[in-house]
Formats: sequence, C-alpha cells, structure tokens
Amino acid sequence: MTATPTPIPTAGQTVGPFFHFALTYDGDSELVPRGAPGSVRLHGTVTDGAGEPVPDALLELWQADESGAVVQRAGSLGRDGWTFTGFGRSATDAEGRYSFTTLVPGEAAPFFAIAVFARGLTHRLFTRAYLPGASDALLERLDPARRATLLAAADADGLVFDVRLQGDGETVFLDFGDE
Amino acid sequence: MADGMTTERDPATGLERQPVIDEEIRETSHKYDVAGFEELQPRRDYPPYRSSLLRHPTKDLQQVDPEGIELWAPVFGRRDVGELESDLTIQRGGEPIGARIVVTGRVVDGEGRPVRHQLVEVWQANAGGRYIHQRDQHPSPLDPHFTGMGRCLTDAEGRYRFTTIKPGPYPWRNHHNAWRPAHIHFSVFGTDFTQRLVTQMYFPGDPLFALDPIYQSIVDPRARERLVATYDHDLTQHQWATGYRWDIVLTGTHRTPLESDFEEDQS
Repeated sequence: MTATPTPIPTAGQTVGPFFHFALTYDGDSELVPRGAPGSVRLHGTVTDGAGEPVPDALLELWQADESGAVVQRAGSLGRDGWTFTGFGRSATDAEGRYSFTTLVPGEAAPFFAIAVFARGLTHRLFTRAYLPGASDALLERLDPARRATLLAAADADGLVFDVRLQGDGETVFLDFGDE
Repeated sequence: MADGMTTERDPATGLERQPVIDEEIRETSHKYDVAGFEELQPRRDYPPYRSSLLRHPTKDLQQVDPEGIELWAPVFGRRDVGELESDLTIQRGGEPIGARIVVTGRVVDGEGRPVRHQLVEVWQANAGGRYIHQRDQHPSPLDPHFTGMGRCLTDAEGRYRFTTIKPGPYPWRNHHNAWRPAHIHFSVFGTDFTQRLVTQMYFPGDPLFALDPIYQSIVDPRARERLVATYDHDLTQHQWATGYRWDIVLTGTHRTPLESDFEEDQS
C-alpha cells in the first residue's frame, strides 16, 4: 500500500475592498424576518487598532437554532422567510456597524460562531459571541478583561457584540489548531 | 540624474515608491528563510501591506477545540445557487469583452476527501482590471456585459467549474504605482465551519507577483505558488476558451465524518 501524502492546506488571502457585489445578498443578515416571534438583533461595531470603525469588514454568523440543535438545511442565500438555516452575513456600514436579525441559540450552545473578514486582514479570524452570563471552559480560562470581549451584552434592541481587531480591548480570536 | 534625487515618496501622489515596499518584502522574506520554520498561511501582521497595520490582532490567537456548531458547516442547495450562476459570461445579455477562460478544480479537505455539494463563490475585475463595485475608482471602463461574480456547488467529487473572462491587473493605493496581479477571489466552505476559507487564485507567470504585498503576505514561496493556477491544455476548448486548473485544500475536519458524507467514495 502506498501512503497518500497529506495535502497541504491552501493559504488564505484578504477579502479585499470589493467583495460586496459578490458576497452580500438580499436578506443576508436576516436569519429570521425582522419582527418575527423570538427574533433578536445581534449587532456591534468593528474597530481597528486606532479605535476607528472598519467600514469594509464582513461578518459571518453561524449558529444553532432555538433548541440548541445544529441546522443542516439549505436556503441561506435564497431565504424563503420560514426556514431557519443558522447562517448569515453582514457587511459593516460606513460607521463600521454590522447587524443580524436572528434567534437566540438554545442553552446547549451558548454562543454564536463568527468569522471576520476585512480589507487589510490577510486571513479570516474566528471568534465567538457568547450569550450574556454564559460560562464554559474557554471563558473560565481567560482573564476577566479578555473574557469580556467574548460576551455579548444585552441592550434595548437585543445583543451587542463589538469586534476590536487590535489594541485596547482586542477581541479574543480563536485558533482551532489549524493556524 | 544624481542618486540623491531619489526619494522615498512620489512627489505628485505623496505615496511611497515601489522600492520602499520591495525592500520590506525582501527583508521579511530573508528573515523567514533564515528562521527555517514553515508558515503555510499569510501573516496577518505584514507591514508592506499597509492596510494590515491596524487590522491585525497583536495578541496570540486563543487555542481552543471547536465545539458544537463549529464542527458543522452551513448547507447550501439548488434553492441557493442556480445552474447558470457558474457562467460569468452570460449574466448581462451579451458577450463580455476579454479572453474567455474555464477555471476548474477540486475542493478537498485536509485528508484529501472531496468536499461535496458545497458552495464556492468567486468575484473578480473585468478584462480591463475594473470591478463593478461602486468604490472602485480605477479609470478603466466597466463592461456592460460583465458583473464579475459567480457561484456554484461542488459536485460529488468536490469539483467546481466556472466560465469567465480573464481579469486584468488593477492599480491600488498601497503605494505609488502599486498594481495587483490578475486574480479571482474565491470563497469556500468545508464540512466544518473551522475550514472556512477566502482566498485568491492567480495566473501563471504574472510579472507582478514579486511586487505585490498581498501575494507576498504569504511568506513561504511554495505556499504562495499553490495559489497560482495551472494552464491545462486538456481543459482548453477548440475555438472557445483556454483552461486553468486550480485545486483548493481546506484544513482538516475536526468532526468524525458520517458514512453518508463519503459514501460515494465506495463506488
């Protein structure tokens, strides 16, 4: 038997400034329609190392449903208004703000998985937006200031989760052992 | 002209000149060669790409095992992607200007298994190096018959295939007279969210490779070269289009795959 050599992963590259016409689409950030029962707004601002908003970032949201179950259903690009797929995208606006309309994932899964892309960011970053009050092994391992960067905060609209790419309050970004 | 006339910045644009960037690229490359530690991904902190300066994390990434949702990827299907979306030359009711090409390859995971029925998205400049994006101010014409975006789902062997126009190089303002090598942006999903990848495919022999800080942000020369497609005459179609092949390898899966994920391997 011949051993097959392990293939070497393809390198990432920046998403660049001109992704909007390709990666964003109608309804991309609305995992459920606005105002749907149980819907919540997950939103925040992406800032750089100078504290300036990043107006050309893209956040991807991937999450469990209200029961905490992983959804494996098509329809994230062609939303039908009824099927919860668990996936969405939100490009930041001129003030660095993103916003999703979604459901709160069930207790078994206390976080939203988030991938961050931006012009100037050579390779995507992963993070987690935990529900307020959540606790798990990762959070417990972090010192309080770092931990706070992974916790969404409740506000009048729903949940706020800011992403700071660099500097004071820099968001904890994750390496799943693949970096 | 005396050497003393050489300045680091172009007097008209106020932007740094190419040799300044070249020197930084060379220095980083030399340090990498000497260090002898293989880096397969781009550096997020890569000063020659000026926009990375304030947009890279300064703290080490937090090591963690993926959990729950992270072990799965979103599912896409026919309701998401139409059959015709993989042909970028038929979207606007007329033939776009430029050299028609076919770009195809396979998406495989870190174990070499095909990523089946999964979403691949592409976007690119037109033949003149102009994006349809409203923020692209490059004074090169838009092509009324070309948007430059496409999508497809991989087949049961993990293959994708696009018909498009060869993009042109385009100028940007990283430094004075900065030009990006021609490229197609690719966005790919695996079977785990941890495999999510956005990257760029390049064309063989591009003279701009050595000058481009985005391409060079991958400091390992072999890792860079893996982003360059191969011209494949067997893909080239008589009187129609030239062909390029480019395979994409994602990182390994963390979830034990289901039998059904790979059942077609047995055939």
